[in-house]
Amino acid sequence: MEHIGILEGREKQVFEKKIGAELSDIACETSSLSGSVSQRACVFCGSRVVLYPVADAIHIVHGPIGCAAYTWDIRGAVSSGPELHRLSFSTDLQEMDVIYGGEKKLYLSLIELIEQYKPKAAFIYSTCIVGLIGDDIDAVCKKVAAETGIPVLPVHSEGFKGTKKDGYKAACFALMKLIGTGSTEGISKLSINILGEFNLAGEAWIIRKYYERMGIEVVSTLTGDGRIDAVKRAHGASLNVVQCSGSMTSLAKDMEEKYGIPYIRVSYFGIEDMSKSLYDVALHFPDHPEIMEAAKQVVSEEVKKLYPELQKFKKALTGKKAAIYVGGAFKTFSLIKALRSIGMSVVLAGSQTGNKDDYKRLKEMCDEGTVIVDDSNPVELSKFILEKEADLLIGGVKERPIAFKLGIGFCDHNHERKIPLAGFVGMYNFALEVYQSVMSPVWQFAPRKGGNR
Amino acid sequence: MKHAKTATQNACKLCNPLGACLAFRGIENCVPFLHGSQGCATYIRRYLISHYKEPIDIASSNFHEESAVFGGSHNLQVGLKNVTAQYKPEVIGIATTCLSETIGDDVPMILREYTKTYRNGTPMPIMIHASTPSYQGSHIDGFHAAVRATVVTLAEKGERQNLVNMFPNMVSPADLRYLKEIFTDFRLPCMLLPDYSQTMDGGPWGEYHRIPPGGTPASAIANAGKATASIEFTSTLAASKSAAGYLEEAFGVPRHQLSLPIGIKESDKFFDLLETLTEQPRPEKYEDERRRLVDAYADGHKYVFEKKVILYGEEDLVVAMTAFLREIGMMPVLCASGGKSGQLKQRLIELIPDLEEQGIKVREGVDFMDIEDEAKILKPDFLIGNSKGYTMSRKNNIPLLRIGFPIHDRFGGQRAHHIGYRGTQELFDRIVNTVIEQRQNASSIGYTYM
Ligand code: SF4
Ligand code: SF4
Repeated sequence: MEHIGILEGREKQVFEKKIGAELSDIACETSSLSGSVSQRACVFCGSRVVLYPVADAIHIVHGPIGCAAYTWDIRGAVSSGPELHRLSFSTDLQEMDVIYGGEKKLYLSLIELIEQYKPKAAFIYSTCIVGLIGDDIDAVCKKVAAETGIPVLPVHSEGFKGTKKDGYKAACFALMKLIGTGSTEGISKLSINILGEFNLAGEAWIIRKYYERMGIEVVSTLTGDGRIDAVKRAHGASLNVVQCSGSMTSLAKDMEEKYGIPYIRVSYFGIEDMSKSLYDVALHFPDHPEIMEAAKQVVSEEVKKLYPELQKFKKALTGKKAAIYVGGAFKTFSLIKALRSIGMSVVLAGSQTGNKDDYKRLKEMCDEGTVIVDDSNPVELSKFILEKEADLLIGGVKERPIAFKLGIGFCDHNHERKIPLAGFVGMYNFALEVYQSVMSPVWQFAPRKGGNR
Repeated sequence: MKHAKTATQNACKLCNPLGACLAFRGIENCVPFLHGSQGCATYIRRYLISHYKEPIDIASSNFHEESAVFGGSHNLQVGLKNVTAQYKPEVIGIATTCLSETIGDDVPMILREYTKTYRNGTPMPIMIHASTPSYQGSHIDGFHAAVRATVVTLAEKGERQNLVNMFPNMVSPADLRYLKEIFTDFRLPCMLLPDYSQTMDGGPWGEYHRIPPGGTPASAIANAGKATASIEFTSTLAASKSAAGYLEEAFGVPRHQLSLPIGIKESDKFFDLLETLTEQPRPEKYEDERRRLVDAYADGHKYVFEKKVILYGEEDLVVAMTAFLREIGMMPVLCASGGKSGQLKQRLIELIPDLEEQGIKVREGVDFMDIEDEAKILKPDFLIGNSKGYTMSRKNNIPLLRIGFPIHDRFGGQRAHHIGYRGTQELFDRIVNTVIEQRQNASSIGYTYM
């Protein structure tokens, strides 16, 4: 194979764990290099991820059509009731709007859509162009809110003004404006909010049930199966449980500052982390030992069911190698553990948006020879997949064809998945999916396996 | 209740650079490059991948705040340098996004400056620039803009050759392969542009290809100015925006504009033209294809007669499909497009002079909510168009026949045929089968012969 160079200027974002090698601080949280084919999206994408599951609000993308068209119903975030989030609204700016400004079009769009769909709130995402032409969307939002009586929240998500993380922040900022505006009457002391859980394939429902079995009230899931009224009363909870370090930590911090609600970070992937996320919540209520008891009960019941079922997969998968490239680093940690529990090792671990601490921890967790990458690209990913002879890639839609072209298995661990991978039952689904892909006989025809005739 | 409607709801179009990126993928050894922010490139890649199921690298100049304020020249130049170093492309296809267009970056000037700075002896990739702001037009405009820009950049003057330029429009990889087969069978050398039949629907890889194999080589495109004729499949494209139009004007290559050849009549026109150009009859194989198709029409005609259809998609596709549906006795009650060339109705009237008396509605610049509102009134038996109509199909319980791009919820969209006798055959079979399946499902008896 011809040697594939790492793009100049990216050397610092790749690290291979070797004996004695010091992690000379992996460079991350930088913006992507011009000309690279990043797997990252933009600020707007970050905001969309966080707010999208709010199902009784309308989401209007202010800009030309693309940004809205490409995000129409792309996520697997499900709702138990209204489904306004699955519609795509755009101001579809035309040349004249770009020249003369799009405020009027935005105003009319909002008034009409609110009249037509009667949402509980509206989120207005500003995209790159809006940042340039200087529309005062805050003013428009204020005006429409006054006229319609519902919250109309601007989300400053111009694509070029930062990274996906800034988009998370902008979304959290909008949520902060809602939180605290509802009544907290009747909320139990033994209560939590679940943050950073988007109810992909119904995952939030699974997690919520575990907590409820422990006697914990879930005030609000942010934002999975989200409702504006629930968001408004989120400040009534005693604890914020934040999943996935990236997307909603900033909201947890803001809520801690403003409402004194402490937060913990958890992950719902894999047996180990899933169990821990129940115990950690129980630990927060030390005066109620019955909660810990219940947590142990939940874990033991679930694990008893799950463990035997995993053995079949483990037997088949032991010794197989995986490459992980997902959005947030926190998820990478869980996946490494989850893969180990089914006998697999990890030869490549990376994320689009991890920070320094994440990578330090990743380095500690990984085996010798594991490659660690930040904000990688297809060329680089493929190079390491082949070099390290991975049997599986875990990533999102953009990574899937890379895996299949090279003739290795793939598991979609992104926002578009349709099968729940969180919780104990999610671990089963995960193992099954990995098994089905890695063990498929079709790879015998892959050139990598000598399938080239 | 009818609502006032300013916002676009569930768009029935995509943005300009998407079309340009697809077209650039049809050039050999070419990397598409979006001049703008990163998000656009990532979203477009994702959207294309979900249909074609191939790795699709699109580079981007990754605008940041400074680029937005001071212009994107620096980013573009650094980006080109990096892409060149990493991908070693022969061609870079640069499409602008809304952002760089609004800032007003003078891309040709930046490219000149770049070439001057970095040339120093080493060969530079050829740089093709298409201007594709999305606030003008939609993905199909970006597609044509990229094809035209490619020809403008590469075509050279020279002695006439036995060569025909073929501009097929945004058809599937399977359609492209079929076209190549036809030209080969006619023994007629052809410059097909774009040709993403392999780059967007290729085999497995033993090693990673920065740029997938396939596509029309730049050297072949250079000959476009020497061809004896250009054929372009379009009903609505103005000469000023078309590659064939440019070649006619600049090099005197005669331009033959045909509708996308869907249905027997339109396919006949295409084959007739090939016969004229080669002065030989069509190979027997295609007579056979045609005969089988005529026979299939006879076998299946009752199933489809006077079935009402709502048709949507790119304007050229809608016009071509309308011609086909009319020749099998189906009734397009609404011909709709998210594009707005302003020509859709006119082109359709040329096909169906009594369009209005027949009650065929034509609407440009619509979104899926508009189409759904119409569907509630028109109560069609079918929807025909890309997979984005699924939401309305499911909600209103109207079967959807998926054609064109994108097909995100079915397998094999890249391998579906649409054009020529072969494509028509496939479409006809699928339409008939949709009717049969529907009848069978609705039947309380469950006939096993239908
Ligand atoms: S900014 Fe323009 S080019 Fe980019 S996604 Fe939006 S519409 Fe498309
Ligand atoms: S225009 Fe900006 S906001 Fe929209 S997709 Fe592109 S980068 Fe993101």
